[in-house]
Amino acid sequence: MTELLIASIMTMMTAATPLVFAATGELVAERSGVLNLGVEGMMLTGAVFGFAAVTLTGEPLIGLAAAIVMGALASMIFGVLTLSLLSNQVATGLALTIFGTGLSALVGLDYVGKTIEQIRAIHLPILTDLPIVGRLLFGHDPLVYVSIALLGATHWFLKHTRWGMILRAVGDSDQSAHAIGYPVIAIRYAAVAFGGAMAGLGGAYLSLVYTPLWAENMTAGRGWIALALVVFASWRPSRVLLGAVLFGGITILQLNAQAAGLGIPASFMSMLPYIATIVVLVLISRDSTRIRLNAPTCLGKPFRAER
Amino acid sequence: MKKMIKLTAIALASALALTAGTASADKLKVGFIYLGPPGDHGWTYAHDQGRLALEKELGDHVQTTYVENVPEGPDSERAIAKLAETGHELIFTTSFGYMEPTLKVAKRFPNVKFEHATGYQRSDNVSTYVARFYEGRYVQGVIAGKVSKSNTVGYIASFPIPEVVRGINAFLLGAHSVNPDIKLKVVWVYTWFDPPKEADAAKVLMDQGADIITQHTDSTAALQAAAERGVHAFGQASDMIHFAPKTQLTANVNNWGPYYVARAKAVLDGTWSSSDTWDGMAEGMVVMAPFTNMTADVAELAAKTAESIRTGALHPFAGPISNQAGEVVVPAGAVADDGMLAGMNFYVEGVDDKLPQ
Repeated sequence: MTELLIASIMTMMTAATPLVFAATGELVAERSGVLNLGVEGMMLTGAVFGFAAVTLTGEPLIGLAAAIVMGALASMIFGVLTLSLLSNQVATGLALTIFGTGLSALVGLDYVGKTIEQIRAIHLPILTDLPIVGRLLFGHDPLVYVSIALLGATHWFLKHTRWGMILRAVGDSDQSAHAIGYPVIAIRYAAVAFGGAMAGLGGAYLSLVYTPLWAENMTAGRGWIALALVVFASWRPSRVLLGAVLFGGITILQLNAQAAGLGIPASFMSMLPYIATIVVLVLISRDSTRIRLNAPTCLGKPFRAER
Repeated sequence: MKKMIKLTAIALASALALTAGTASADKLKVGFIYLGPPGDHGWTYAHDQGRLALEKELGDHVQTTYVENVPEGPDSERAIAKLAETGHELIFTTSFGYMEPTLKVAKRFPNVKFEHATGYQRSDNVSTYVARFYEGRYVQGVIAGKVSKSNTVGYIASFPIPEVVRGINAFLLGAHSVNPDIKLKVVWVYTWFDPPKEADAAKVLMDQGADIITQHTDSTAALQAAAERGVHAFGQASDMIHFAPKTQLTANVNNWGPYYVARAKAVLDGTWSSSDTWDGMAEGMVVMAPFTNMTADVAELAAKTAESIRTGALHPFAGPISNQAGEVVVPAGAVADDGMLAGMNFYVEGVDDKLPQ
């Protein structure tokens, strides 16, 4: 029983990791006031270029780097359109998802059915072999630790650094930040690029670690889940992990319940995270002060400098 | 949105495919509609191997064209019609969801012959064909019964349709024929192709003690997830040994080539008529990949089982067979008829799962 529990938690952590990456990136972009609905497209872009790079070079690190760079580049298309040319963020984000899906399918044509060496779980002598906690603490693949460190760093950056506060100020009141003299557009570009890079990394986690293969549309909606996750976490990094484990873990729990023959309808369990998101949305929207405390005020609004 | 991309993909793909194939006019033009890319190493790959076999065999007389990534449902109608309009006289539509569109297009082009895979509706110029995959699954069950140490086998199922249920039952009957202690854990993923989800299902089944994984989904993800943990698994639709050299025990290989050759020949001879084909190992439509990663005596038993099925000495659904309620559905001495097999919507006794309705 303990063995099953440990194994399930381990599997849940891997299911949560791509969501943590993508959601953290999107969270930073949204805190700066930009709503980028292109997460799914950027994840697919990262997944295919990461996989291609590993196929060509055999180096997992180059694959991850390629995914980060290409994810960021994809987000820059969105950046130029929405921040410099002031197009509608919702429409442009949707277009980015369509574009990313098509681009990744095209680039991936030559990589369907190829195999690569998977990035495997770490194994530390003594530590990983400790009973129970050994594997839970020291037995994941390296990127699981990276994702948690990333969350911690993002939390610290937003809350405790000067630039983090400026980024939040830009998201909450772009005109005031501009009046004080901060470069609103440049900061938003940086936040969007970070969002793209992290979405790319989340996509590469799927194609390099989760299932070492490329398949068209393989993110299968995880980008949209990451978007819901940001709302669920009410724009706070500390809650992203909880949400990611809940969202990713519910699939694993659902499959576990089936395999154990518990007879709970699979579709009911799959529905739960979305119900949870709606409940959270209703709860935080009920109280207007809370909305003001949580959601970035300028989210989704284009910025035009008044002077 | 997704639809839009797919439509563009179809438009592009058909433009490419069709410009590629407009050379000599006297050859019989044969068209194929594929659900996925030929490189999926599963369902579509197997059909494309069949197309290549056709070109190899009758290359002087036929010319083939394919359109890949055609979504099931109404969208496929245009892709099928496009093939018919451009002089293709024999068109294979290779997925269940092309049934209605195929019939509709067939009505508009009465002189074109259509072949629809896995469907059940025919007309004067629409044939159907499908393979008895359950024969291979029975052999897989026998292997699993011998190889499993934990006596727990994980089964990743796609949709609760007769085709899939039949596979689960055949697998269990095979396993129990050599090892009555085998427990089958079934997980329904409600998709044909979602690699991360297929991998999740495999992981969960292994978490729960399965030391053999088998699947009725199309990607190699489950096999690869099993490989990562050093657990055995079966390939699906094509020989996937290349993805997991130390993991794959065998695979059901869908061998469409001989059928495609026979049907093209029939059109060339003028003997083609609408028919319903359900072939198995005897006709060579279902072939087992080499028996690997098992001891010699298990491999021998597997080969013997496959041979008995091929010759007809053994029927996977030979009585006595009971359903989960313990009622005899196939009495001793009889075998399940094709009607029962085609509409199978119950588990046989011993499957440890409740069939989703």
